[in-house]
Amino acid sequence: MGQCRVIIVGAGPAGVRCAEVLVAAGIRPILVDEGRRDGGQIYRRQPEGFNRSYPTLYGTEAERARSLHQTFESLRGSIDYRPETLAWNIFDRQLYTVSARVSKALPFDALVVCSGATDRLMPVKGWHRAGTYSLGAAQIALKSQACAIGRRVVFAGTGPLLYLVAAQYVKAGAHVEAILDTSSLWKRVRALPKLAARPRVLVNGLSLMRTLRGAGVRIVTGIEPVEIHGSPEDGVSGITYRGRDGSTHQLACDAVALGYHVRPETQLADLARCEFRFDAETRQWLPAVDQDGRSTVPGVYLAGDGARVLGADGAEIAGKLAAWALLQDLGRPVPEAERDALRRERGVMDRFRQGLVEAFPWPAEQAARLPDEAIVCRCEAITAGELRRVVNQMGACEANRAKAFSRVGMGRCQGRYCGHAGAEVIAHAAGVPVEQVGRLRGQAPVKPLSIAVREEVE
Amino acid sequence: MTGRFVRLAETSRALVRFELDGKPVEALAGDTLLVAILSNGTSVRSCEFGGGRRAGFCLMGACQDCWVWTAAGDRLRSCTTMVEEGMRILTSQPEASWVNVA
Amino acid sequence: MNARKADVIIVGGGIMGAATAFFLRKRGMSVILLERGLIGQQASGVNFGNVRRMGRPIEQLPLANRSRETWLKFKELFGDDVELLLNGHLRVGFTPAHEERMAKYAQDAKDFGLDMQMMGAKALRERFPYLGPEITAGCYAPHDGHANPRLAAPIIGRAAVREGAQVFENTEIVSVEKDGEDFRMTAADDRTFRAPVALITAGAWGDRISAKFGEPVPMIAKGPQMCVTEPVPYAIGPTIGAIADVFEQVVFFRQVARGNIVIGGGGHEPVDLENRRAYVNPHRTLYKLKNAPRVVPAFNHLNIIRVWSGIEGYMEDSSPAMGPSARVPGLYYAFGFSGEGFQLGPGVGDVMAELIHTGATTTPIEQYHIGRFAKQAMQAA
Repeated sequence: MGQCRVIIVGAGPAGVRCAEVLVAAGIRPILVDEGRRDGGQIYRRQPEGFNRSYPTLYGTEAERARSLHQTFESLRGSIDYRPETLAWNIFDRQLYTVSARVSKALPFDALVVCSGATDRLMPVKGWHRAGTYSLGAAQIALKSQACAIGRRVVFAGTGPLLYLVAAQYVKAGAHVEAILDTSSLWKRVRALPKLAARPRVLVNGLSLMRTLRGAGVRIVTGIEPVEIHGSPEDGVSGITYRGRDGSTHQLACDAVALGYHVRPETQLADLARCEFRFDAETRQWLPAVDQDGRSTVPGVYLAGDGARVLGADGAEIAGKLAAWALLQDLGRPVPEAERDALRRERGVMDRFRQGLVEAFPWPAEQAARLPDEAIVCRCEAITAGELRRVVNQMGACEANRAKAFSRVGMGRCQGRYCGHAGAEVIAHAAGVPVEQVGRLRGQAPVKPLSIAVREEVE
Repeated sequence: MTGRFVRLAETSRALVRFELDGKPVEALAGDTLLVAILSNGTSVRSCEFGGGRRAGFCLMGACQDCWVWTAAGDRLRSCTTMVEEGMRILTSQPEASWVNVA
Repeated sequence: MNARKADVIIVGGGIMGAATAFFLRKRGMSVILLERGLIGQQASGVNFGNVRRMGRPIEQLPLANRSRETWLKFKELFGDDVELLLNGHLRVGFTPAHEERMAKYAQDAKDFGLDMQMMGAKALRERFPYLGPEITAGCYAPHDGHANPRLAAPIIGRAAVREGAQVFENTEIVSVEKDGEDFRMTAADDRTFRAPVALITAGAWGDRISAKFGEPVPMIAKGPQMCVTEPVPYAIGPTIGAIADVFEQVVFFRQVARGNIVIGGGGHEPVDLENRRAYVNPHRTLYKLKNAPRVVPAFNHLNIIRVWSGIEGYMEDSSPAMGPSARVPGLYYAFGFSGEGFQLGPGVGDVMAELIHTGATTTPIEQYHIGRFAKQAMQAA
């Protein structure tokens, strides 16, 4: 049984907890991770030589972060850990990794993809200007580098992370110019019954609001971003938004952190040829998984935010459930009572997640109002007008067809940041439901691959 | 030259000296190359298709909007590369000279 | 259910079918074009994009030249820009044998207007300073070039619609039969289409239909292995193909006006015909990336950002089935272009329309008659 070749991709909460369960069962997994250190994005560790404390870095989640890092340290001798290694392709039951320009094909019997999530973005005119960052980027600058992304930062978009990162900025001494939330307070009130599924998280959220209000941060809800102003050379100088009453307002700032929750990184699931299903709640295509993380491809498991966005603690549970599913599929015993308890706990988290989706909805309707001159695809600098042209004049009503004609999603980021909004633009222009537009097919390499790469056999 | 990013803590790290677009500049040990550049300037590259300068976007190696060039013609993704003493970094694409490196 | 009727039904909406539909309309014939997916989605849309004559069999050059006339008028004829760049095609070699092969071709093809020039190592490096030191000789054809395959067939398809062709996308044909004087095509949703003339331009699926009419062909479907770099300043100019003694070592590339470099070669992979999916084998990508810098060492500084494949039909003799059926009156074929059909596409459409309309062609295509396979089979038996 020790011969079963298991690879885990991602050393965040899901990947580490998955490895923990597998090691306890006597398996020595390969753990491939892009980061220099373990922890993933949420429990990202600062570089060597930085001295901030766990509470400073992780706030209310300090103990969870510490526990995860300690678990990882205790596993180091029992796993084949490969940091700074990109999983760039999957083919014929082999995972292709690249590190320091050496590519290796790693055969696997089971693969657990814990690829995490990236920011979900809705374009706004001017979002290509230097000084506009994803919300996740704003947090990483602080957590990993002790920096603010600017001197006067506006947080725009929606979702709990908007408030969390803004509060972290305030605590760290940065100047937060305003929080501009596209969701309305009313939606949050209506979502309260579901949000009450996790009282502690809800209380933490309310405490964030107090921190922000106490610091005098302007919070405006029910807005729509209109334009990020600035110059091609110097970047962001301000933002205009439309208030609930339709009036427009302008704020001066030199940085905008923009985000609308996060979206799973599904490229590896796609390359593994997993099937996807449309998720009507969040208006996106997600890899199909059963309750424990089995994909539609035997031996391929998906866990954590890379499959379903539940946050870091949900990812820890998902990592364990996927590991037990894997063991069960190998005919190994699993602790059923513990598993059932975690399934139930995750059910509660899922109810809370639904609450968040309703409280801070994805503003699909903004795509329809995006001006023609606004850039949708930042990599290729393709505008909403060009995307609408290929829909209206060239009949491209499907995501990959529109990509082929317009190049939206064809750039270096492979549609990570324009794919969802692009689909909404296409859907509106074509007058079809967004699920009918489909999704951009994942194409290798998962991230740019140097031509100087060389193949090595282990 | 003032930087885009603002350091809020951890400022007692060792200095790292590197060259940015031909000028000697300083950063701190443990900085990513992106932070090292944006502590000295306001952008890291230009979009190939117009619209001006870019300064990275995701900081987690996903958006690919922070690639810079070394004086030797190689490309580095600045948000996932650590700054090193003596690096020679360019924030503009070397004009077609890459084809002459043969 | 009432059948839709026309003078000609074309099965398969790749560049061949779309172009034939367009030119038949120009000749005043009514046309129905049936496509299972979307126009230009398979081989026509995912190929390398070579608008190249150099290197084609000598007997194919008249057809390639006729196609070139259409490429030169592409926007005027079809109404949209196809990103055609005619900056020449350069073939390079590494050995005296490669040089000899190129020189012989240049001599054999000298009457076809390609204006090929042999170049030695020094001249090559003066003109194309990015070429690697291992390259010893080259042959330059100044009038060849490349275009965007993602756009070409769809543009021609839309032009055909504007000219009055009836184009049915997402129309899977489940039965093709001759019913009296007419061909009757039935779609998966029971729609029927009738015409006295049928043209099969179904690419890698063409052999299935020809076999139904008693004309099987030795064809296999394979997937080319493509990749593309990030954008870099436009500097390369010609499309460049490197000769290799091992097929998998062949590398060819072109730089589009926006700067990305499309790199082909590295062999082929099997494809999934049923699900219409083709995949890139990472070993082939890596092998190609190892070989490409032999041609341009500076490629080692670049990243690739995307790979793709597609489904192409390869004939055993690398030549298409093009022309009338040997068995069924009114039936025509144009498929199996064996990975070399993109440049020929508009010309094939022009010639097939001429053949269907007039019963003859002014460009020789007899060598592609489907009857050759039955003859070979008889001789073998």
